[in-house]
Amino acid sequence: MTKKTVQRDRVIIRFAGDSGDGMQLTGDQFTAQTADFGNDLSTLPDFPAEIRAPAGTILGVSAFQLHFADHDIMTPGDHPDVLIAMNPAALKANLADVPRGGDLIINTDEFTKRNLAKVGYEASPLEDGSLDSYNVHPVALTSQTVASLRDYDITKKQAERAKNMFALGLLSWLYGRSIDGTIRFLEQKFAHRPEVLAANLTALKAGWNYGETTEDFSVRYEVKPARLAPGTYRNINGNLALAYGIVAAGQLTKLPVYLGSYPITPASDLLHELSRRKDFGVRTFQAEDEIAAIGAAIGASYGGSLGVTTTSGPGVALKSEAIGLAVALELPLIIVDVQRGGPSTGLPTKTEQADLLQAMFGRNGEAPVPIVAPRSPSDCFDIAVEAARIATVYRTPVFVLSDGYLGNGSEPWRIPGPEELPDLTVSFCTGPNWESPDGTREFMPFARDPQTLARPWTVPGTPGLEHRIGGIEKADITGHISYDPDNHDRMVRLRQAKIDGIAESLDPLMVDDPSGEAEVLVLGWGSTYGPIGAAVRRARRDGIRVAQAHLRHLNPFPTNTGQVVKSYRRVLIPEMNLGQLALLIRSRFLVDAIGYNQVRGMPFKAAELEQVIKDVVANA
Amino acid sequence: MPESADTRPRVTAKQFKTSQEVRWCPGCGDYSILATVQAFLPELGVPRENIVFVSGIGCSSRFPYYVNTYGMHSIHGRAATIATGLATSRPDLSVWVVMGDGDALSIGGNHLIHALRRNVNIKILLFNNRIYGLTKGQYSPTSELGKITKSTPMGSLDYPFNALSVALGAEATFVARSIDSDRKHLTEVLRAASRHRGTALVEIYQNCNIFNDGAFDLLKNPETRDDSVIPLHQGEPVLFGKDGSRCVVRGTKGGLGVADTASVNPEDILVHDAHAEDSSWAFGLTRLADLQTMRKSPIGIFRDVERPSYDELMAEQMEQAQSGGPPELQQLLQGADTWTVE
Ligand code: SF4
Repeated sequence: MTKKTVQRDRVIIRFAGDSGDGMQLTGDQFTAQTADFGNDLSTLPDFPAEIRAPAGTILGVSAFQLHFADHDIMTPGDHPDVLIAMNPAALKANLADVPRGGDLIINTDEFTKRNLAKVGYEASPLEDGSLDSYNVHPVALTSQTVASLRDYDITKKQAERAKNMFALGLLSWLYGRSIDGTIRFLEQKFAHRPEVLAANLTALKAGWNYGETTEDFSVRYEVKPARLAPGTYRNINGNLALAYGIVAAGQLTKLPVYLGSYPITPASDLLHELSRRKDFGVRTFQAEDEIAAIGAAIGASYGGSLGVTTTSGPGVALKSEAIGLAVALELPLIIVDVQRGGPSTGLPTKTEQADLLQAMFGRNGEAPVPIVAPRSPSDCFDIAVEAARIATVYRTPVFVLSDGYLGNGSEPWRIPGPEELPDLTVSFCTGPNWESPDGTREFMPFARDPQTLARPWTVPGTPGLEHRIGGIEKADITGHISYDPDNHDRMVRLRQAKIDGIAESLDPLMVDDPSGEAEVLVLGWGSTYGPIGAAVRRARRDGIRVAQAHLRHLNPFPTNTGQVVKSYRRVLIPEMNLGQLALLIRSRFLVDAIGYNQVRGMPFKAAELEQVIKDVVANA
Repeated sequence: MPESADTRPRVTAKQFKTSQEVRWCPGCGDYSILATVQAFLPELGVPRENIVFVSGIGCSSRFPYYVNTYGMHSIHGRAATIATGLATSRPDLSVWVVMGDGDALSIGGNHLIHALRRNVNIKILLFNNRIYGLTKGQYSPTSELGKITKSTPMGSLDYPFNALSVALGAEATFVARSIDSDRKHLTEVLRAASRHRGTALVEIYQNCNIFNDGAFDLLKNPETRDDSVIPLHQGEPVLFGKDGSRCVVRGTKGGLGVADTASVNPEDILVHDAHAEDSSWAFGLTRLADLQTMRKSPIGIFRDVERPSYDELMAEQMEQAQSGGPPELQQLLQGADTWTVE
């Protein structure tokens, strides 16, 4: 049977099943195949905090959404064109997001009376007509998989577990993805379990063949490769990009990296990846708690390493006092906060950007800390390198505010060549840095560089420069303990001036306004870059004039920020919090910014932001 | 990093003094500990620039300001964490940690036990004065039960920690105790601690003459000293009291006890072995002290055994990972799956 092929410019697929069904792995593999094919893409994994929530319940549903296209795209997409539902719970939890007319691929084997009852379906939605307005493809995924594996010496349970590979094979056929990469992946993963490997490969191919032979799938879809800027690409998620950025920062500064960390969702992958990078001289220390993790990083920085600590919001709260110490010591330190829903334990596996004010102000005393935030998964690499630049040049702790959406989401990344990376070579102070009035050359631990206001970084082991530092207030220049009121006032202002002065080293805030006549500016920071960008594009397609700017530096702001926000009639700030950047912009520049705020644990949808933009423009 | 071979003239105790005015209360036990440490440091044979003192917060934590080496006065309870990061990244340094009893056992208790079990190459001096001095006199985790202080007008309700029992329970490889006023003994203990590879915990009984004066008088007063202090000497029977009239023997309930030397079979007297792999005897020795009265307090080295230190193990892993020669950043960034757009 020859099948028709239909061209599409973009497709959004969502895999949904029980947390034990392997949906994240299936999504990852489909993504890898799609990246190989050359589409632009963006992903959104969404899984429960529990490792194995009760099977078959709504709580236990794990999903993975992938948006791929023949042009550059900015978000994982609002509404899936295709939903793969591995059980009734997955259907129930995700159906509302699928537009009428969308495709539903449903594993009918799981639609038993018991499973239906578990999620409150009185009758099977496959039979009661409630799915009539969708394009339903009922597939007996589990039993088809088991049937394809009956010749293998494996248990029924093992055979059933391969059903995600069957589904992957079917989808790969449907969208013309090559399964070669997945075959290689499985060969590696199950190298020592030949029976399981053979079963998975067979299920994968059976799924492909199923699509090719059954009547139910009469159409295949084709999404042509995207035209991206020339270069070598790979697919990468934010946590991996950030870890690589830290490795690169070590190479560029020529400092050994020292990571002190304590496991916490969604930042643990940074610890995992960096612990595998000992070949690059990266030392990792899994500490007894969050405080010890940053303490060790500070100790290592004191000794001349690039100290790093990685965590999420609750961990930052625990580290606050130590961050203040690093401010007082004026030593380089990178603090990575992969933000998640809060307060307290909050939503560990869901995204949010509500730690901005914690990073900005969450310490005792006047303790300014620079803040940078990546705007996309691949930008996590560049932002880590930038954080290392600021930390080492200005001898200060620096916050990197990533989030769960960036950390777990992935996109194609044009890999920078060595010549595109900055030289961040650091030099320690090894001799006198101060001339006293009588002309003698001396070492002064708190004499500052006139340009950057940074104090010297002098590491133990340097002969003749023995000195003591600490959290207690230090006298300007000499670094002796000082309780003098004037000195304290001076030191507080010096530390602030040093951080404020970083702005001089930043690129100006760029504004994107093709019409040049926009009266409304949409300002964002962090992971909202994609949704805001997509929404702005959509609005412009309808003739709306709107400008967009995105902050990667939150403290200090680029020097032209005030000028930018003051030159528009209205400034709209969408944030996944209750208005934290808006508060800073309003207080700093006396601009009556309009917030658009959501804390649902999920990124903004482009369609919804588009509407907000149109409303603001209409009322500007 | 500087070479360890050093042809410069040997440093003297005086060179370990700083220009900073020492600001402890007159009569504080910290003074004699400082003098003892400064006198001992030249013996270490480590260049001054390769020695680092790290402290937390408390009276004793001012210590680094008074020793002319590298030093960091950090935050309450966290000195061990900072020292861990420093020692594991810079194995060429001699890292010393100074903590008080509140610092080490209350706010920093978690870090202390984990440093001990990891056996990081740091030397911890725990100044135990059984009181909070810097905050002006509240009971501490080593204060005796029922202690009347500003925060416990009717007497403290919490049972005290036995610092050395805690340390042994935390798998410490070197555990010792000394007294601030006994400079000779303290020097011996510091010497042994400095030779130990891994974490060494030295508890120093320290008098706070302002808020807890006389806490250790029983151990210092010539009248009572002999009956209160049990000195530990490697390989020798554990005797104390006037002319060794008392001794330590195996007890009937699994622990250790004391007896009149004359009344026991000499073979039943415990012969001290700090190198014993099993820490049970060392633990038994820590249990002899009566924490209410301070009677029967052993001093000396309770335990001194070898176990690979954390920093050595870390260095081994680093070396192993780097055995393939310098890696290529570009190769790492590219990973397994790339595609090229022309
Ligand atoms: S308060 Fe006590 S411990 Fe502190 S300096 Fe004074 S005497 Fe020493």
